[in-house]
Amino acid sequence: MADESILSDDFIRQLIDVGEVDILVGVPTHNDAKTVEPAIRAIQAGIVKTFPRERAVILNADGGSNDGTPDVIMGASIDEQHRSFNGYTLRTLHAISTRYANSPSNAAALRTILAAAELLRAKACSVICPESSNIEAEGVANLLRPIYRDHFDFVAPIYRRHKFEGVLLTNLLYPMTRALFGQRVREPYASEFAFSGRLASQFLNRHQWNEETKDYDPELELTVTALSDGCRVCQTFLGTRSPTKRQSRDLVDAMRQTVGVLFSSLDGTFSVWSAKTASQPVPTNGPEFELSVDPLRINRKQLKEMFSAGVVELESVLRSIVSSATLSELQQLARADEDNFRFHPELWVKTVYEFAASYHKAVMSRDHIVQALVPLYRGRMFTFLVENRTASAAEVGNNIESLCLEFERLKPYLLELWNGRK
Amino acid sequence: MRDIIVGELTQAAQEIFRGFAHLLPRLIVMLVIVFVGWLIAYVIRAILRSILQFAKFDRLSERAGASQLLTHAALPTPTELVSRFVFWIAWIGFIMLGISVLGIGGLQEHVERFFFFLPRLFVALLILFFGLLVASFFARAILLASVNANFPSPRLLSISARTIIIIFVLSMVFEELGVADQTVILAFGIAFGAVMLGLAIAFGFGGKDLAQRFLENRFLRERRMEKEDEPSPL
Repeated sequence: MADESILSDDFIRQLIDVGEVDILVGVPTHNDAKTVEPAIRAIQAGIVKTFPRERAVILNADGGSNDGTPDVIMGASIDEQHRSFNGYTLRTLHAISTRYANSPSNAAALRTILAAAELLRAKACSVICPESSNIEAEGVANLLRPIYRDHFDFVAPIYRRHKFEGVLLTNLLYPMTRALFGQRVREPYASEFAFSGRLASQFLNRHQWNEETKDYDPELELTVTALSDGCRVCQTFLGTRSPTKRQSRDLVDAMRQTVGVLFSSLDGTFSVWSAKTASQPVPTNGPEFELSVDPLRINRKQLKEMFSAGVVELESVLRSIVSSATLSELQQLARADEDNFRFHPELWVKTVYEFAASYHKAVMSRDHIVQALVPLYRGRMFTFLVENRTASAAEVGNNIESLCLEFERLKPYLLELWNGRK
Repeated sequence: MRDIIVGELTQAAQEIFRGFAHLLPRLIVMLVIVFVGWLIAYVIRAILRSILQFAKFDRLSERAGASQLLTHAALPTPTELVSRFVFWIAWIGFIMLGISVLGIGGLQEHVERFFFFLPRLFVALLILFFGLLVASFFARAILLASVNANFPSPRLLSISARTIIIIFVLSMVFEELGVADQTVILAFGIAFGAVMLGLAIAFGFGGKDLAQRFLENRFLRERRMEKEDEPSPL
């Protein structure tokens, strides 16, 4: 059962007025009045076009906007969509809005959406980012369709990206979740995704919401829940990713919200991931990945310098986290000049696995462990940028695939570390 | 004359003998207390050592930075040190108890003072241990934040923070122990003020170039960022 205490009386009244629904689309916002309209239009169009007979609701969970974002959403007329697609929904497309707090919190927004989905007994739900200026009606429909029609439990997005965008995803999050949970979900940390009512209830009731902090992002944990609970998972291509606020956040913060959450979720899912031995592709609607290769000017030198300085300055911290062999290799690497610097996949994977095991054993403050990985990630990023400087999209894809296979090959090493045999 | 001397000697011998006969049972009781105390202290040490080993106290101390201090001072492991310390405190306690049984005037007061001091000693040790833990935590947090923010001299910042916290903790420990507390507080105030003044002067004069470089780096970095693309990690 949804925890109704988190929902305001007014919001519960709105939910009662809506009644049971088939489709629920959640839009978490905070001062997004300037960008939210295209996303709302796409959601309306997607529902009018693909689910004209279904009972649907657009739910805005607002984190204290003062620019009138909820008014923009509530005022978006659906008539234009009816005219554009020359069709009408047979049922009212509801739009409701609630202010869950006076300051934004991704966890509170998702919790509100999940609780509403459970109360309304929604069969298929999705979350759409209010900054998604590129999302189209077809994209919204492609997220919801596998849940509603094909009985999938979780749909992850795939975006067209620049080859150097999302390096943390391609070099750590994707390969590691793939190696551990055996399913090849390319975007395990997404701001747009869809899920079944069943998964919503499961996650809502199992997640420790009282532990949430204001800045905690539960999206990656939702993906891990879907992967570890044997849910039916698929992916759908959504086109070019629009720039979002969360993309521009500080690297340390990004690591906390992704790597920290991934490491932390490994404790409760050990019995699942320790039993997986290889990975399988998941059903995908559209291309599995699409990379653009336009030239970018990136300050690689600074990445290398920050890696080297990090390894030198953090020696005492790293000594408690990684093995002496790994530390010695990292120190050797830190002394190398730019031309000879290569943070090769095996060392990177071992480093990440040793960090994960140390996080599990809590050899020091867990937040400090995640922070200590930041300079090492910069070193890996430097190597990735250098290796793929002139590479085509296909070559970059192959390099990412090799790294994924390295993560899978070295999984027994993580198990040994986890069980304390190393 | 001779009879008087013999009589006095006999009387003195009889008094000594009486006194000894009076003291002997107490001495035996004291020895029994000291022996039993040794046994109890030994058992306490063995139990405490097992508990600390089970609780991985050495690892905790390592995180607190206490192990490094002990290693530098060529002292045994924290588990061993705490076990031995508790053994000696317990045994000395029993020895004091035994001495008090002898009923020797003057010693009684010292025994009472010893038992009165024990709780303060334990509190002081707790303050020291948790103080080291806090110093270690903040020193590491500052080190990590400085490295990730690309600040110059992160280790210097970290060590400075650790030193200031440890000085503060030591002043609390001495105050708790009542060891020249006024002097320690005064010394702490003077030392802390001197360090701060020294740092201010050092940063003002010695760090002029460093500050200039730092500001230039920041300013230039911002200018560079205008020209360079910064792909998102996510």
